[in-house]
Amino acid sequence: MTVEPAAADGIGGGTPSHGSGRFDAIVVGAGHNGLVAAAYLARAGLDVVVLESSPEIGGATRSEEAFPGFRFSVFSYLVSLLRPEVIHELDLVRHGLFLVPTASTLNPLPGGDCLFREADPQRTYRHIARHSRRDAEALFEYKIEMRRMGHLMYRLQRAAPDELAAAIGDRVAESPEHLDVEVSAEVADIARYFLDLSPARLRSFVQMLTMSSADFLGQWFESDVLKAALSSSSIIGSMLSPRTPGSAYVLLHHYMGEVDGVYREWGFQKGGTGAVAATIARAARSHGAEIRTDSSVARVLARDGRTAGVVLTNGDELRAGVVLSSAAPQISLGRLLDPEDVPGDAGAGLALRAARWQSGGCAGKVNLAISGLPRFECMPEPGPHLSGGITIAPGLDYVDRAYDEAKYGGFSERPFIDMIIPSVLDPDMAPPGKHVLSCFVQYAPYELAAGDWDDGQREAFGDAVVRTLAEYAPGIENQILHRQVLVPPDIEAIAGIPGGNIFHGELRLSQLFLLRPDPAAAAFRTPLPGYYVCGSSTQFGGGISGGPARLAALRVLDDLRTADTAAGVGAKTP
Amino acid sequence: MPAMPRRAPQGTQAVQRALALLRSFTTEAPEHRLSELAAAHGLHPSTAHRLLGVLEAEGLIGRSPDSQAYRWLPGAPGAGDAGSAPRHNGLRPLEPLRTPFHRRTSALCESDAWRDWSGYTCVETYEPTPEREYWAVRNAAALIDVSPLFKYEISGADAERLLDRVMTRDFSKCRPGRVMYTSWCNEEGHLLQDGNVQRLSRERFLVSAAEPCLRWFQDCGWSMDVDVGDVSEEIGVLALQGPRARAIAEAATTGIDFGAMRYFDLAAGEIGSGAGGGPVTVTRTGYTGDLGYEFWVAAEHAEALWDALVEAGQDHGLLPAGLLGLDMARAEAGLVLIDVDYVSAAHAEIEVLKVTPAEAGLGFTVKLDKQADFVGRRALELERDRGPAWAMVGLEVDWFELERLWSEIDLRPQVVGQSASREPTPVFAPGGWQVGQCTTRFFSPLLKKYIGLATVRGEAADPGTELDVEVAVGYGRRRARARVVERPFFNPPRKTAVAPTPGVKG
Repeated sequence: MTVEPAAADGIGGGTPSHGSGRFDAIVVGAGHNGLVAAAYLARAGLDVVVLESSPEIGGATRSEEAFPGFRFSVFSYLVSLLRPEVIHELDLVRHGLFLVPTASTLNPLPGGDCLFREADPQRTYRHIARHSRRDAEALFEYKIEMRRMGHLMYRLQRAAPDELAAAIGDRVAESPEHLDVEVSAEVADIARYFLDLSPARLRSFVQMLTMSSADFLGQWFESDVLKAALSSSSIIGSMLSPRTPGSAYVLLHHYMGEVDGVYREWGFQKGGTGAVAATIARAARSHGAEIRTDSSVARVLARDGRTAGVVLTNGDELRAGVVLSSAAPQISLGRLLDPEDVPGDAGAGLALRAARWQSGGCAGKVNLAISGLPRFECMPEPGPHLSGGITIAPGLDYVDRAYDEAKYGGFSERPFIDMIIPSVLDPDMAPPGKHVLSCFVQYAPYELAAGDWDDGQREAFGDAVVRTLAEYAPGIENQILHRQVLVPPDIEAIAGIPGGNIFHGELRLSQLFLLRPDPAAAAFRTPLPGYYVCGSSTQFGGGISGGPARLAALRVLDDLRTADTAAGVGAKTP
Repeated sequence: MPAMPRRAPQGTQAVQRALALLRSFTTEAPEHRLSELAAAHGLHPSTAHRLLGVLEAEGLIGRSPDSQAYRWLPGAPGAGDAGSAPRHNGLRPLEPLRTPFHRRTSALCESDAWRDWSGYTCVETYEPTPEREYWAVRNAAALIDVSPLFKYEISGADAERLLDRVMTRDFSKCRPGRVMYTSWCNEEGHLLQDGNVQRLSRERFLVSAAEPCLRWFQDCGWSMDVDVGDVSEEIGVLALQGPRARAIAEAATTGIDFGAMRYFDLAAGEIGSGAGGGPVTVTRTGYTGDLGYEFWVAAEHAEALWDALVEAGQDHGLLPAGLLGLDMARAEAGLVLIDVDYVSAAHAEIEVLKVTPAEAGLGFTVKLDKQADFVGRRALELERDRGPAWAMVGLEVDWFELERLWSEIDLRPQVVGQSASREPTPVFAPGGWQVGQCTTRFFSPLLKKYIGLATVRGEAADPGTELDVEVAVGYGRRRARARVVERPFFNPPRKTAVAPTPGVKG
C-alpha cells in the first residue's frame, strides 16, 4: 500500500454526531494495533471510535502495578518490531515513547558456565570463542546475512500483499521493465529488489520459510549452546520446537525488528509495555479519536451488502460505513461476522477457515517481585548482563524436550525461559533495592491433558519456573516476594486473544503472506465491503509492530478516496 | 626451519591435541560427540575425527553402541578424571585482553591513551602527542607491539596445497625461510584480507591476519591432510622499525646473520647476547615502509625480548611507538589498512563495499599465472580481461593549495600535528561529481605534503590526474585540488637494501 497518510485532506470529516452513535469509522479492540489504526484514521480527519471490551486499553501491551510498588509488563515485555514509520508518522516520541536499549544476551549454562553476547563484537567474539572459535567467526557473517534477510522483509512489509503478489507475478511473467498491473512505484521497486536478489540470498529466503531453525543454524554453527541460544527467537510465541520445520521463519520474523534502523535491537519501554499502548492512545486522541472501554462488540452490522456499523453486547448500535477489527480471525471473521451478511456465498467458508485457524497458546508469563538482584552462578555480581536479555536455553535437546512435554499436553517441567529484569532498565518499575523479573516461559499448552490450570496446575507451572531459575541463580527461590503466573487461558481472558497465542495465530508458511488471516482477507479488506481486519493476524503480524494496522488504515483511506472520487465528491484528492 | 614456538617441533602439535582430546573424557563426562570435541578444542571436525580415530584404534576410547558419540574406556591410560578436570569454564566479567608485553608497555604509557585493537588494550601514543614516536621510525628506530594480529599455524603434508588454494600468491615459490605478503579472496574474487605468511618449514606455515579467519582456512582445507591451529594468544609480536633497526636487532639477539637477511627473509635465533635467552623468530618485514624487523616470540619469553631490544636500543635513539605513529608511517608507505581503506568481503553488508585485490591496490599479489587453482581465480581472470572498476591511488595536495584554502579564513595552513584521519571523505572530478572516497589522509611532516589514500573510479586513476578532495578548513568543508601520484609516497632504499647500514640514505 503506497498512499502517504494525509493529515487533513478532508476525507470523511462529517460533523460528529456521537449522540446518535454515528462515526466515520469504528475500530474493534484497543490493543496497540487497534489504536494505531484509529490514530491513522483520525489523523486523516475521520471521526473514529475505538471499542474495547475490557476495562483497560492495551490488549497484550499492558502494564499493571500488580503488587504495591511493583510494576509488571503483564504480557509482552520488549519492543523491537514497532515500525519506524509508525513512530515517526504518529509522532510517538512526543506522546511518550521512551525505549531503553537492552544490549546483551546472557545464556546461563549448567555448571556455572555461560554464553554471553554483548554489544561489542570483539567481546562477543571472545565469549563465543570459548565454545567454538569457528562459531565466533561465523557469527559475524551470520548476522550480516540475517540483517540482509531482515532488510528484505522490511521491503516486503511496506506493501500490501495483494499488490505485491500482482507485481511479482507480473514481473516473473513479463519483462522487468514494464508492468501491466497498475502498481505504485514503491511496489514495483520492491518487486525489482526481490527479483534482483542473488541466488544465494533467495536460497536463504526459501530455507527460512521451510527449514527448522536447528537445521538452518546447523548450516552455520557447530556448538550446541550457540545454536540453542540463537534458536530462541525461532520458537517464541509458537508451538514449535527448534527442530520443527518452519521454525526458521519465526527466527526471521524476529530479525525484522529494529530500533532506529539497527536490526535485531530491542528496547524496553519506560513504565512497561502498557506505556506503549498509552502512547499510541495519546496520539490517537490528539487527532480526535475516541476510545471507549467496557464496550464489547457483539457483531458487525451489515445493510445492503455493505458494512453499516456494530452492535454492542448491551444492544447499543453504533453506525459507521467503515469497521476495522484488530481481533484474531476467530473473532473478526467468525464471531463478529454473520455469514449471511457476506455478499455471495463466501461467508460460510470464511467462518469455517477462521475456526480452523492455528492459534493455540504455547507460552506462559511468570512475573516475579524479588527482594534483590538475582545472582547467576556464571556471573554472580551485578553487572551489565542484568540489563540485557537472559535466556534459559542451554541446548537444543533441552528446548526440544521442553516442547515434547507440551506436545503431549503437559507444561514443560524444565522450561525455556526468556527473561529481563525491567527494574534494572527502569528504576520506576520497583521500589529501590527491589526488583521485578519478567519471565516469558515455554511451553504451556492452552489445555492440559491431565489436570486443570485452575486446579493447582498454574501454580505448579510457576514452581517449575522458579525451580529452573534456581538451577542457574541459586537462592532466587528465597528472594521472591510476589509471584504472578499467567497461562494461555489467562492471556485469552485478559488480552482477548483466542487460545492465548501471542501472535494471533502461528507464524508458519500456511498462515503467512497471502494466507494471513485468510485468502479472502489478505489485503485487509474482507468480503464484506467496508469491513477490514488490522490486527496481528494480518500481513506480517505479531509483536508490538503497528505495521499491519498502519497498512490497513492506509488501505481504508485509499478505498474512501476512490469511492469519493467515483461519487464526484473527492475532487481534491487524486 | 626451526620456528619460534619451539614448544611444537614438527608433529608434536598432533600429539598435544590428541592428549587434550583424551583429557576431555572424565568420569563425570564420559561421552562426547565429535562436534562437541571439535568445538571445545578449536579443531576442524575432520581433524578431530582423524585424531579420535587414532585414539580409538589404540584402544584408548570407544564408540558408544547406540550413538555416534565417543566414550571413555574405563582403565584406559591417560584419560582424565573428575578430580583434575575443572568443573566449569565459568565466565567472569571479561578482563581486557593484554598482549604479552603489556606490563612493559603500560609502564611506559605516560599519556594513558589506549585503543582497542581486536579486543586488546593497546597504546595509542606513549607520550601525549605522537610526533616523537613517528619521527623515531624515520630517524632512529621505534618499537611497536603488534601482538593483536591473529596468527594461524598451518601444518601437515598438504599445508602448501592449502596455502596455494586459499591465497592469490604462488606458494610453490615460497621457500622455507621466506615470508610472502598475499591477499585472499572469496569465490567472487572479492578481497577477504591481506597478510604475511611465513614458511617455517616445508610443511609448516604461520599466517598473520588482521581479522579472524580460522574457519575460512579450515573449510578451504576440507579433506586435505592439514591442521589449522589458532596460535594468536600464544605468540607476541614486536615490530622494530627505522634506520637503526639492524644495529639494535643484532645487539639484542644471537644466532642470526642480519647482514645476510634480505627483505622478507625469516631467521630463528635466541634472545640476548648469550645462549638460553629463549627462542625468537625474526622476519624482515614491517608496516612502516622502512628498514625493519618483526620479532615473533612465545608469550613466556616476550618480556625478555622487550627488555633485550630496549636495552640494545638505548644508544640508538629507540623509542616505543604507539598505533598513531605507526599509522602515520604506514600511510606514507602507501600501505592499505583493512576496515579503513577497504572492507573485507566477509564483513561487507552490500555488494558495492566489496573490492577485488586490484581495486584495493593489491593487484600485485594476484598471480594468475600460478599453477594451482585458487579461490576467486575465475572471477579475477574475468576482471583481468575487463579491467578493475576501481583503483587505490595516492593523492597529494601541495603546499600552495593548502595556503590558498586557509588564506580564505585568514590563517596559515592548520595541518601539522594531526594524526592520520580514518573518516572517509568524498573525492570529486575537478568541480564535478564524486568519483571515489579518500579513506586515509594526513599531512606528512617528512614529505611536507598533505597525502591521502583514495579509492577512485578506474578512469580517474592515472598518475597526474587532477581530482578534488574534501578537507576541513576551519568549520567549513572545502575542495582541495589534488593530484594522483604513485604509491608509496616514501620508499627509502634502506627498506630493501642488502646488508643495510645506518648510513643508507632514505
